[in-house]
Amino acid sequence: MTDLDTARINELSRTWSGTHGDEPWGRLDLRLTDTCLRDGSHHKRHQFTARECHDIVEALDASGVPVIEVTHGDGLGGSSFNYGFSRTWEQELIRIAAETAQRARIAFLMLPGVGTKDDIRAAQDNGGQICRIATHCTEADTSIQHFGLARELGLETVGFLMMSHTQPPEVLAKQARIMVDAGCQCVYVVDSAGALIMEQTADRVAALVAEIGDVADVGFHGHENLGLGVANTIIAARAGATQIDGSVRRFGAGAGNTPLEAFIGVCDKLGWTTGIDFLRIVDASEDVIKPAMPEECQLDRMTLMMGYAGVYSSFLKHAGNAADRYGVSGAKILLEAGRRKLIGGQEDQLIDIALMLKREQAADEPGAGASLAG
Amino acid sequence: MKRTAAIVGPGNIGTDLMYKLLRSARNGGSIEPRWMIGVDPTSEGLRLAADHGLESSHEGVDWLLKQDELPDLIFEATSAYVHREYAPRYEEAGIRAVDLTPAAVGPAVIPPVNGEEHVGAMNVNMITCGGQATIPMVAAVSRAAEPFGGVSYAEIVASVSSVSAGPGTRANIDEFTRTTAAGVESIGGAERGKAIIILNPAEPPMIMRDTIFCAVSPDADRDAIVRSVLAMEKAVQEYVPGYRLLQEPQIDDPSPATLGRTKVSIFVEVEGAGDYLPSYSGNLDIMTAAAARVGESIARGMA
Repeated sequence: MTDLDTARINELSRTWSGTHGDEPWGRLDLRLTDTCLRDGSHHKRHQFTARECHDIVEALDASGVPVIEVTHGDGLGGSSFNYGFSRTWEQELIRIAAETAQRARIAFLMLPGVGTKDDIRAAQDNGGQICRIATHCTEADTSIQHFGLARELGLETVGFLMMSHTQPPEVLAKQARIMVDAGCQCVYVVDSAGALIMEQTADRVAALVAEIGDVADVGFHGHENLGLGVANTIIAARAGATQIDGSVRRFGAGAGNTPLEAFIGVCDKLGWTTGIDFLRIVDASEDVIKPAMPEECQLDRMTLMMGYAGVYSSFLKHAGNAADRYGVSGAKILLEAGRRKLIGGQEDQLIDIALMLKREQAADEPGAGASLAG
Repeated sequence: MKRTAAIVGPGNIGTDLMYKLLRSARNGGSIEPRWMIGVDPTSEGLRLAADHGLESSHEGVDWLLKQDELPDLIFEATSAYVHREYAPRYEEAGIRAVDLTPAAVGPAVIPPVNGEEHVGAMNVNMITCGGQATIPMVAAVSRAAEPFGGVSYAEIVASVSSVSAGPGTRANIDEFTRTTAAGVESIGGAERGKAIIILNPAEPPMIMRDTIFCAVSPDADRDAIVRSVLAMEKAVQEYVPGYRLLQEPQIDDPSPATLGRTKVSIFVEVEGAGDYLPSYSGNLDIMTAAAARVGESIARGMA
């Protein structure tokens, strides 16, 4: 289907080596993971129903998506006051996904400090096959015990270095090495804030490939907060990333994830094999994913602010809630979150910021002295 | 009469604890810190202890237990593994132990909640830093909401600076969440507890922050809850002066997002006293301050 003179631009330095002998897709240049049912959980405020989970998995699986991630947005154990309670228990969603998928492997996410090893065991019991463990990109050593367990259980393992824009390539490479030494088989550069700009993505991916490429895969997970999800993902693949995350219709946190169907179209044009049928995934986007979304993921004032200020994408809904509750600007909450260098997981601090802004707002209004004294 | 104490483990925690015990002794406290025990002759903590007049040894607990005079109390600041091994020998020797590791050999103690309950125990455990910072507040809400069924669910989020999270915490972060959640239930009084920990690498390092969420009955007396929380802040400040509420307790009406319960949110900051550790590491400070407090109660209660 390539209609471009692609000899020059379609070179991939690395292709996915595969970690199993029984792949139903044949050889893949890139192995794609859809994360509608995990990162999309943020956009959905963790309200997925069993039916939606079933229908989305069925459609993605039929399109040839090789990996489908299913968990609460903040990983196993994420259902909470701090991150939002799940409508359907995540272990139930994982079980439904595993029962529904004919070919796709079901992945699940866990964050050390939120979930525990017991949650990993339960996810495997429910049919999860790929354990993805996410830490802030300087805290990889908190994942060692979890990678150890996952490998012991025979799970495939993936490591997530979140908020990768905050650290230079050499720091990320060292952190990736910690994960690989602990048993991780693929480390992702995760642009949680959608703040990376193409060359920054390429440099980070290349540094990981140089450090761990002989023994493990490198992946890339992009967000759309500056509109660069697909561009960053293309350049990540050229730099050697062979596992790629995205969400059909951007169904994800912040302005959404790299739109998977758009990236698949690009791969077709460039001659990169993903094993996914472009026309079927586009149909799935319209007919199955769109009806499950509360609204489209928007590139608007709030989500732009996240890319601009380098803020963790899943803060979006929580900042919106706090802004509504206390009558302050959601965009200002996000800017302050960036200034305070908050990282993934610190959603509670957005309430603290909103209360601070409310006090400042009151102090700026005439007669504020009296109200403060009262 | 002062009771003698040995600190086992001359690392950051043990050294900070030494400064607190020395200050307390100067101010009429009941404990005389006399020994600092380690295993590494080049330890900075052992050197500092010797400078402050403590008898320092790098020959470990075996050396300590061979001395003619034994301490009345041991503060264990090593690791859960080491403490589990030595706790029976302390007990055999009749030495009371205050355990700052997550070994959980003895009952857990949060000074303003159950500090006096276990003064006679041979071994008490200090849970975790996040537990010391948050369980007092869960207990405060539980007390006030008690006539209305108490706290059905409590969740705590502890954010600490990366540099103040030691290798022990990092290697076994599950132990932190499990132990803290258990304490939220058993001492905080919540029917069900959950704990989350975040390590933030921001520079300059962030001061420890903790958020406590409690689910209570819509009928619970909101003013009573706020009063109870403010009183608990004062009670913790008696031994951790840098413990403070960042905001008035926030109370949200029941909604689907709160599982139909009234949600109480409490935001605290813990600034350390800066005795040995930098003041941002309030997480470590509240452990040593609580241990010193509990040790003082035990020493006073000894016949």
